[in-house]
Amino acid sequence: MSRPGFVLEVDERTPPLLVHEGESFKLQKFPLGTQVLYPPDPLAGIRDVNAAIRHALLNPLGSEPLPELLKPGMRLTIAFDDISLPLPPMVTPDIRGRVIEHVLELAARAGVDDVKIIVANSLHRRMTPSEIKRAVGERVYRSFFPGDLTNHDAEDRDGLTYIGQTDRGEDVEINKRAAESDLLVYVNINLVAMDGGHKSVPVGLGSYRSLKHHHNVQTMLNSRSFMDPHHSALHDSTGRMGRLLAGHLRIFTIETTLNNDTFPDAFGFLNKREWEWTLADQARYLAAKKANDLAPSRVRREVWHRIEAPYKVTGIHAGETEAVHERTLANVHRQQLVEVNGQADVMVVGLPYICPYNVNSIMNPILVQCLGLGYFFNLYRGKPLVREGGAMILHHPVPWEFHQVHHPSYVDFFDEVLAETTDPAQIEAKYEQQYAQDPWYIHLYRNSYAYHGVHPFYMWYWGAHAMEYLGDVIFVGGDRRSVHRMGFRSASTFADALEMASETVGSSPRISYFHTPPMTLAEVR
Amino acid sequence: MLALELYRSIPRYLAARTVGARMPGLLAGPVAPLRLVNRDEPRVPAEGWARVEPRLSGICGSDLATLSGHASFYFSSLVSMPFIPGHEVVGELFDPLDDLPAGTRVVLEPVLSCAARGVEPCPSCTGGATDRCDRITVGHVSPGLQTGYCADTGGGWGRMLVAHRSQLHPVPDAMTDRRAVLVEPLACAIHGVFRARPEPGASVLVVGAGTVGMLTILALREFTQAGRVVVVAKHPRQRELAIQLGATEVTDPGSAVQALRRSTHAYRLKPERGGSYLLGGVDVALDCVGNRTSLALALRTTRAGGRVVLTGMPEGGADLAPIWFRELELTGAYATGTELTENGPAKTFDLAIDLAAEAPLEGMVGAEYPLSRWREALDHAFGAGRLGTVKVAFDPRRD
Repeated sequence: MSRPGFVLEVDERTPPLLVHEGESFKLQKFPLGTQVLYPPDPLAGIRDVNAAIRHALLNPLGSEPLPELLKPGMRLTIAFDDISLPLPPMVTPDIRGRVIEHVLELAARAGVDDVKIIVANSLHRRMTPSEIKRAVGERVYRSFFPGDLTNHDAEDRDGLTYIGQTDRGEDVEINKRAAESDLLVYVNINLVAMDGGHKSVPVGLGSYRSLKHHHNVQTMLNSRSFMDPHHSALHDSTGRMGRLLAGHLRIFTIETTLNNDTFPDAFGFLNKREWEWTLADQARYLAAKKANDLAPSRVRREVWHRIEAPYKVTGIHAGETEAVHERTLANVHRQQLVEVNGQADVMVVGLPYICPYNVNSIMNPILVQCLGLGYFFNLYRGKPLVREGGAMILHHPVPWEFHQVHHPSYVDFFDEVLAETTDPAQIEAKYEQQYAQDPWYIHLYRNSYAYHGVHPFYMWYWGAHAMEYLGDVIFVGGDRRSVHRMGFRSASTFADALEMASETVGSSPRISYFHTPPMTLAEVR
Repeated sequence: MLALELYRSIPRYLAARTVGARMPGLLAGPVAPLRLVNRDEPRVPAEGWARVEPRLSGICGSDLATLSGHASFYFSSLVSMPFIPGHEVVGELFDPLDDLPAGTRVVLEPVLSCAARGVEPCPSCTGGATDRCDRITVGHVSPGLQTGYCADTGGGWGRMLVAHRSQLHPVPDAMTDRRAVLVEPLACAIHGVFRARPEPGASVLVVGAGTVGMLTILALREFTQAGRVVVVAKHPRQRELAIQLGATEVTDPGSAVQALRRSTHAYRLKPERGGSYLLGGVDVALDCVGNRTSLALALRTTRAGGRVVLTGMPEGGADLAPIWFRELELTGAYATGTELTENGPAKTFDLAIDLAAEAPLEGMVGAEYPLSRWREALDHAFGAGRLGTVKVAFDPRRD
């Protein structure tokens, strides 16, 4: 039985607390009375994962067992979550590969020959062959890649099928092979409550025409939060699309959940509460901190991106999408929920080196904003951890740095769009279409490894709720130029940031430090 | 009379060329092949000529290129040394000349064409294209493509010059000297725009936001129905002014390819060596700088079949591969002549005088110096963009 989440109130005995700051970390003293949210300890993993997979496939929720759905001569398509999950990438074998192997084994026994595997990368960059191999495992990769194991292409007009409109007039268009299959098996990894459910197929295999109905400013402003699917306009929309799809296409959903054992032993102190650090943990901290600070930036990035999370699988559920997803959400909540009483005036976060869109890449300023104001701010149920008009203090250097291959439209978005306005609604109205339809971005998305031209817009919309809600946003240690470009403020130290925030929240604010990663979901009462 | 004289000095030429780029301060100092002299007034060479007393005389980019040793040797047989520079001139007629009484304020059209030289009109001059005159080395005065490059005529950087009636245009009374001194560069910009001939709605790139670049934006908006006008500018003041004059977008040189790719929805490629370029791009580009980098940018960002116009005096050296591969039309725009407008042929200078009377040119002449402070003036002119100045001029009448 793992310990539940915990809210610490900082007192005189509290040691400095660990704070992530991009490709680095530090120990930071917090003011007395600061509330610190710690996630529950890692849940115990399933001992026999293969048996659990078999059990899920043979005893699905709201569906016939998978073997009964597999017939000779049928068209079977398996889609799986892309590189954006989990974070960091998990140690191999990746749970997606293990599930896919089981599905393929059953398909082979049933005499199914027409099998295709598709990376559900939506408008994300294509996965490289080595990334695909890592996700699906050597055997599946060798048997299917490249002909029968491909990335989804949301800009291949001949490779998309228009399904129709929801009762709210939302266009549903997905991958043609998936749409025309007798059975679509979707293999998911659920790291946060936003993922999975009906978000998997309509988004992962969708096109811009479809995504624009829920990936927009209005939806984001009406998702309170998008990490709480039952109060999220984003999920309402994908739910309508998913149900429409379910009427046209047989979907067998397999969702998996992981515990929050996020960092390997060498960085084990990052998983622990500071006062429980052993001497070995303290030594590892000092060694890692020193080495990290001394390393050239290229080496430092390389080391961080080589981290593999020793996640354990905590749940595998299969069957009808909604029935499966309820179980999945329960597992995610069991692992991540922390109850907090009342809202703070100031929410403090330390942003790590990785977010869903910079795996093996660079976390550019727009992604920093998305991780902080999009993901971390929205990791709540009920109400935000910080009160309306309060301040958010984020630790991150926010370097003016972009990956030229992965994020070409981000460069232009940052240079052109944000130079004119940071208002999400204005940006959406004036620029989204231009970027979404730019032939060069489309070319790079389809043929290189670039995120779609519209992707930086979505990342900016992700922060729309926080931007509207917060009175002040301050980055500690942030590059002044890039922070200013985004319309925020930069402080040299945490103390300076609190001083600056006092203009908004007064000189004795109630402070909450959201101690994550590992992932935490605040249940604010 | 007092004048600044440009003379032949190989050591100074070499010094200017080699160290000038790294230490531009030297160009206005010890290495400049320029000296302040007291010399005889230029002699009126023939009938139809008269003396003109300059009131303001601009410092042009081509003057600076000559001083810094970056002008092409192609021009060496088209000038006569020593000469008094200065071809952007507003002055006062010292002697009566034909229909113009003494004291008339005039601007100078500097090209020394057949009419001025007293020779039979060449085919170009006959057609009104005096900028293409084939006789600029013969006749009443020594070789010199323009006043300001001819040993016999004097120039605007002196207290007296001589000019032919064909070179002189009366200035309306209401027009200030500061406006009038911009007529010549404005006429050059207008000529460049007529050479560029952008179609209605065409996208246009203007490389450079010095005087000619700024005035080119103005001319584009006045004489064409160009669509998007993207301007490459280095300095903050230039960026502000370009937008005021009608630029749709301003970008710095380092981001220009990226910005143009975005605005034209082109494809961008990065070769193994050299800068990136576009497949697609603007319909028309005007290089108002004339150095290797500016021309390369224009060639690399103009769409296949598009047109590139050299408005700035070219230094050469750019990779010409895009001209061949993209089938670009590369054309020059030198000085001024006759333009074919909607209302029929018109002298470029007449168009410029009309436009200068109304255009927002206030503040463009940012500083006036007496000849005695020529080192300061040149220093200012070399750093004009950085200092937020568009045009620096001499006032030869001042002590």
